[in-house]
Amino acid sequence: MAIDQATVRKIASLARIAISDAEAAAMEGELNGILGWVEQLGEVDVTGVEPMTAVIPNQLRLRDDVIDADPLTGGNRRDDVLANAPAAMHGFFGVPKVIE
Amino acid sequence: MTELTNLKVAEIRDGHRAGDFSAVEVAEAFSANVAAAKALNAFIVETPEHALAAAKAADADRAAGTLKPLSGVPIGMKDLFCTDGVQTTAASHMLEGFVPRYESTVSAKLWDAGCGMLGKLNLDQFAMGSSNETSYFGNVISPWKRKDGGNAALAPGGSSGGSSSAIAARLCPAATGTDTGGSIRQPAAFTGISGIKPTYGRCSRWGIVAFASSLDQAGPMARDVKDCAIMLETMAGFDPKDATSLNMAVPNWEAALSSDLKGKKVGIPKEYRLEGIDLDIDAMWDVGIAMLKDAGAEVVEISLPHTKYALPAYYIIAPAEASSNLARYDGVRYGLRDLPDGAGLQDMYAATRADGFGPEVKRRIMIGTYVLSAGFYDAYYTQAQKVRTLIARDFEAAFGACDVILTPTAPSAAFGLGEKMADPLAMYLNDVFAVPASLAGLPAMSVPAALNREGLPLGLQIIGKAFDEQGVLNAGLAIEERAGFTARAEKWW
Repeated sequence: MAIDQATVRKIASLARIAISDAEAAAMEGELNGILGWVEQLGEVDVTGVEPMTAVIPNQLRLRDDVIDADPLTGGNRRDDVLANAPAAMHGFFGVPKVIE
Repeated sequence: MTELTNLKVAEIRDGHRAGDFSAVEVAEAFSANVAAAKALNAFIVETPEHALAAAKAADADRAAGTLKPLSGVPIGMKDLFCTDGVQTTAASHMLEGFVPRYESTVSAKLWDAGCGMLGKLNLDQFAMGSSNETSYFGNVISPWKRKDGGNAALAPGGSSGGSSSAIAARLCPAATGTDTGGSIRQPAAFTGISGIKPTYGRCSRWGIVAFASSLDQAGPMARDVKDCAIMLETMAGFDPKDATSLNMAVPNWEAALSSDLKGKKVGIPKEYRLEGIDLDIDAMWDVGIAMLKDAGAEVVEISLPHTKYALPAYYIIAPAEASSNLARYDGVRYGLRDLPDGAGLQDMYAATRADGFGPEVKRRIMIGTYVLSAGFYDAYYTQAQKVRTLIARDFEAAFGACDVILTPTAPSAAFGLGEKMADPLAMYLNDVFAVPASLAGLPAMSVPAALNREGLPLGLQIIGKAFDEQGVLNAGLAIEERAGFTARAEKWW
C-alpha cells in the first residue's frame, strides 16, 4: 500500500504538523520505505491469536474516590499547573481567538 | 588513594560509610570531570549545586548516624525524567525551558535514598533514536575511539547516549536510563558498561516523558552488575500513580547476587544467528556461552520463531503509541508555542508541532498516525499487536526449557556519527536483538564482554523470565567475572 504526497499531507494534517511541499516529497519516500518493510507482518499467520493488550498480566486498579488522594496529583495546584503555560492569563490557559 | 572518580557506586557508598572520604569530595571530583568534558556533550544541564547539597546532607547524616542506602553517591539523570525546578527537555526544542513543578517517582526515590544529581543527561529526542544524533541539543560523542589511527567520532548508542557516554568517561558512577526498544542495553554495549531494563512495571513511569507507554521502562546504567542491582533496588517499587506499576515487593537483588549457575539452563536462540553478521559478534557470543558453562550452567539451543517479525511489529506499535502520547504537545499547556500572525488555534497547533519536533520524531508521529487511521488500523496496528502476542508466546515456550537466554546485545560495535543517519531502516536494525524482550516486557541486561578488532567494546545480553531480574543479574555477574573487562576509553576530551 504505497502512499502518495496527498496522503502524506493528509496524515500531517491529522497529526497537526505543518509541512512544506518539499518536506512532503521527502517524507513520501521515507514513509513508503518504512511501510514497505513492515508489510512483511502480513506473512504471519495470526488465526485465532488475540492482540496483546497488557504485556505483563496486571489488574487495573481504581483509586479511592477522594479529593486530593495524592498530594502531587491532587487539586489546589493551579499555579503549578499554569507555571509552564506559554500564555496563561487570569488563571487560565490562553489560546488564540476561536471563531467558527 | 585511588582517584575518587574511578570508584563505583558500591565503593563510594561503602567508602563513605567507612569514613575513607567525604561525600563533598566525591561530588566535587565528579562535578569537575563533568565541567571538563564539554566535548562529549553528555549533559544538557549541569547541576553541581544539587550534587553538592546532597553530599553535604550525606556527610551530616554520617556524623549523625542516619545514613541512607545511597548516601554520598552522585549520579546522572537522563533528561527524560521530570525534575522539580530543573529544566526537563527530552532533548527536544518542544520542551526547551520546561521546568517541572514536580519530581518523577524514580528520581524522587533516588534523592530520598541519598543520591545527588550531577546534571541532566542528553539523549535522542523524545528517546527516539539509537545513536543520540536526534537530540535538539547536539550529538553526544562516545569517549571511545577506533584503534585504526583515525579520529572518527563514534556514537554512544541511544537513546540513553548521554548516560552511557558519561559513565564510560567517568563523569558519573551511574545514571538512569529508559528503555523502550533497547535504549538502555544498546548504549551500554557501545560504551563498555552495564545496564538493565527490568520487567515492565517494576519502575514507575510517572514523571517520565512518555514515548510508547506499553514498552517504556526505566532502569539503571553503571559500570558493573552489582552497581546495577544496587541502583535498581532503589529505583523500583510500586507506585499508585502509574496504572501499570507492579504491586510487588522489591527483592534484595544485591544481597542475592551469585555467579554460581549450577543447575541453571541457558537458552541460545538459533534465530539470533544472523547471516552476514560481524564475525566478532558471533565469536564473542560463543565465548559468552563458554563462560556460562564454566559457571556451571547447562547450555541448550532454543527457538524463538517469530524473531524476525519483532522489529517491524515494534515499528508499528511504538510509533502508534508515540503519536498518541505526543498529541499532548499543543502549545497551550506547556512547552513551545509558535503562533504565526493571524493564526487560529488549529494553525497554532500545526506550527508549534512543526517547529518543536525534529525529523525523526515527526517521522514516527506520522507513521503512528497512519497505522492508527481509519481503514488501516486492523491491517497494521491490530496485526502488529497479534504478532506481539506470538513473540511473547515464543519466550514463554522457550522458558519452559531454560532459565535465562544469552544473545549479543547489538549486531555491531559502535558506528561513526553520521554513518547511519541517511537511512532510518539501517538505524532501526541496531535494535534487532533488543526489541523482542521489550515487546514481551521481560527483564534484560547488557554486560561488556570483549573488545572487537577495532578496540571497541561489545556487549552480551541476558534475557530473563518476567520478574526474574535476579536470574539476569546473576548470569550477568558470571560473565562479568570471567570476561574481566577492564578496558576504558583513553582520555582525549
